[in-house]
Amino acid sequence: MNQARGRSKLTTTMTLAKAITTGLDKILESNDRAILMGEDIGRLGGVYRITDGLIDKYGAHRVIDSPLGEAGIVGGAVGMALRGISPLVEIQFDGFVFPAFSQITTQLAKMHARSEGRLTVPVVIRIPYGGGIGSIEHHSESPEALFVHTAGLRVITPSNAHDAYWMIQQAAACQDPVIYLEPKRRYWLKGEVDTETPALDAFKAQVVRPGDDATIVAYGPLVPIALAAAEAAREDGRSVEVIDLRSLSPIDFDTITESVQKTGRLIVTHEAPTFGGIGGEIAARITERAFLSLEAPVLRVGGFHMPYPISKVESQYLPDIDKLLEALDRSFAY
Amino acid sequence: MSRAANEATEQGLVQILTPEGQRLPNQMYDAYLGDVDDDMLRGFYRDMALTRRFDQEATALQRQGQLCLWVPLRGQEAAQIGSGRATRPSDYIFPTYREHGVALTRNVSFSEMLRLFRGISGGGWDPRENNFHMYTMVLAAQMPHASGYGMAINLDQHGWDEAKRAAEGDAVVAYFGDGSSTEGETHEAMVFANSFNAPVVFFCQNNQWAISVPFDVQSKVDLVHRAAGYGMPGIQVDGNDVLAVLAATRWALEHARSGKGPVLIEAMTYRLGAHTTADDPTKYRMSEDELAWAPKDPLIRLETYLRENKIVDEAFFTQLATDGDEMAAKVRKDAMAFPVPPLAKSFEQVYAEAHPLIQEELAWHLEYEAGFADESGAGEK
Repeated sequence: MNQARGRSKLTTTMTLAKAITTGLDKILESNDRAILMGEDIGRLGGVYRITDGLIDKYGAHRVIDSPLGEAGIVGGAVGMALRGISPLVEIQFDGFVFPAFSQITTQLAKMHARSEGRLTVPVVIRIPYGGGIGSIEHHSESPEALFVHTAGLRVITPSNAHDAYWMIQQAAACQDPVIYLEPKRRYWLKGEVDTETPALDAFKAQVVRPGDDATIVAYGPLVPIALAAAEAAREDGRSVEVIDLRSLSPIDFDTITESVQKTGRLIVTHEAPTFGGIGGEIAARITERAFLSLEAPVLRVGGFHMPYPISKVESQYLPDIDKLLEALDRSFAY
Repeated sequence: MSRAANEATEQGLVQILTPEGQRLPNQMYDAYLGDVDDDMLRGFYRDMALTRRFDQEATALQRQGQLCLWVPLRGQEAAQIGSGRATRPSDYIFPTYREHGVALTRNVSFSEMLRLFRGISGGGWDPRENNFHMYTMVLAAQMPHASGYGMAINLDQHGWDEAKRAAEGDAVVAYFGDGSSTEGETHEAMVFANSFNAPVVFFCQNNQWAISVPFDVQSKVDLVHRAAGYGMPGIQVDGNDVLAVLAATRWALEHARSGKGPVLIEAMTYRLGAHTTADDPTKYRMSEDELAWAPKDPLIRLETYLRENKIVDEAFFTQLATDGDEMAAKVRKDAMAFPVPPLAKSFEQVYAEAHPLIQEELAWHLEYEAGFADESGAGEK
């Protein structure tokens, strides 16, 4: 790992993928009751190599190559948590989480409530998600709204290496079940990771670019695109604020409200289909909280109401800089 | 599999007490019944009779509109008492929603159990107190939990040798039925437990009916045969014979506990009543079927054995009936007296850590409800 020049000695440049690996290593090192489990995560190190090398360091009893069975993985993790183990499990791809959907929604999410608060099941489920990687079906999906709609779960997603490093550790420390969504097309995005500075609360949003005229809320893979759109808008004389949502459940509405009270315009973007998505929830809440500050309706830039498309045309499906600029135009035209 | 494991599998249907109340010798399992004296036999009968009395009272409470639903177990008492009494307090039990008899063996309060069915709790009892997990309504969802719990036992006991495991180790019993045997999670749970040698006893009560669908729609072969496919011993036992169930479960727990991996037990029994109080068995099964099973009743055969061997006298049954009625009266009284927790309490139980949306919605709810309190308060003055 290279140390960035002119920075603190504790700041290291690494990819988002490596930041998660380093975070997992830290978790396993500091908590001997923590384990990893998933398909191909041991010898292979996972299909994205996120757990690479960890089996050699911590052994096959703590970095567990499981049989293929997502319900078995998540259900097994629930059982482990009931005996005080802290499992972090990997689902290989977003589109493969559904065999575990019943375990996640009917068991994991409800265990605390059903037991009247007596039992906690601090399971972390890591899921690489999102498209733009030119893959075949079921490898490019964004199912976050289904989990956000389920009470009892927390859902977070980093957009950069620093957050990836800290947020996986915060997820592991949380007593509630956490879905940790990894923006797979940003796995190789390099960034500086400050391993010393205490992390921002994992469940808070962050203003990643200040602005005065409009706000774009993005998360995960679309944060770099929102930043690029804001930069492009600057050339049109528009000052656009960008918020990295970071946590999808709970959502930090205070940070968004404060921003919209300043800018008066809001665009929410995600790869997941617009209909029934998180953008709708944000639009409704911000309309309630900041109605008199709004100069235009809250606009959404998301996926279409269709199964994730074939990869040869996915660029027409995915939100990009142009779609965000077009939405900004519509917002300013009001 | 070891020779002992093969021997267990090849036993055929294990029966110690015949439906006529005759005790049969058993070369393999008598060793697991060496401590069964007259006191224990009376105790098993008492357990089964009290369980049946509780079941009867809860059914009545539901009929009187005091429970949302009840899940009767009549006919399955021996399968539950025999297996439950084979466990150690440190073992962890994952029940379905019908294991009232197992609950008794784990000292779970019958009264507390009704909180779930009375609609005032999503669970009802504290699973940590007796290592008896909450009931699971989603069929087979508890099965992978059991395998995961067993894997966690292996993590905790990493490096223990067989003797230490046998002496001090823990095990898990996962209950399921012929109905949930077909669910994918049952399969995955058995794969995981076998892959990782998890100390799990998969205990199936094959009561012949999955609500209205008979067993031959679930499987063309007895479930015990599936064990071989997963690489574990399988034992088929007369589920209405409390001694056979006790011995077989003791063998299975010993096998699992000492690190040799999971075991499947298929206890052949019959649900004498309805699936739940919302069910109507007259629509799908002939009463002749029920009549054929009635003489195999688990209580009758133990009663015959106890009477013929002069282990009990008439006073035993009179006293037991009185105790049962007292228990039932107490359960009824407790159930009616349980306070209904306010909805506000539910907000606190969604997450273990503070959550802004919960706080926001709770504040709104309390303020909204307070508006009604003002009105009713004004009316009382």
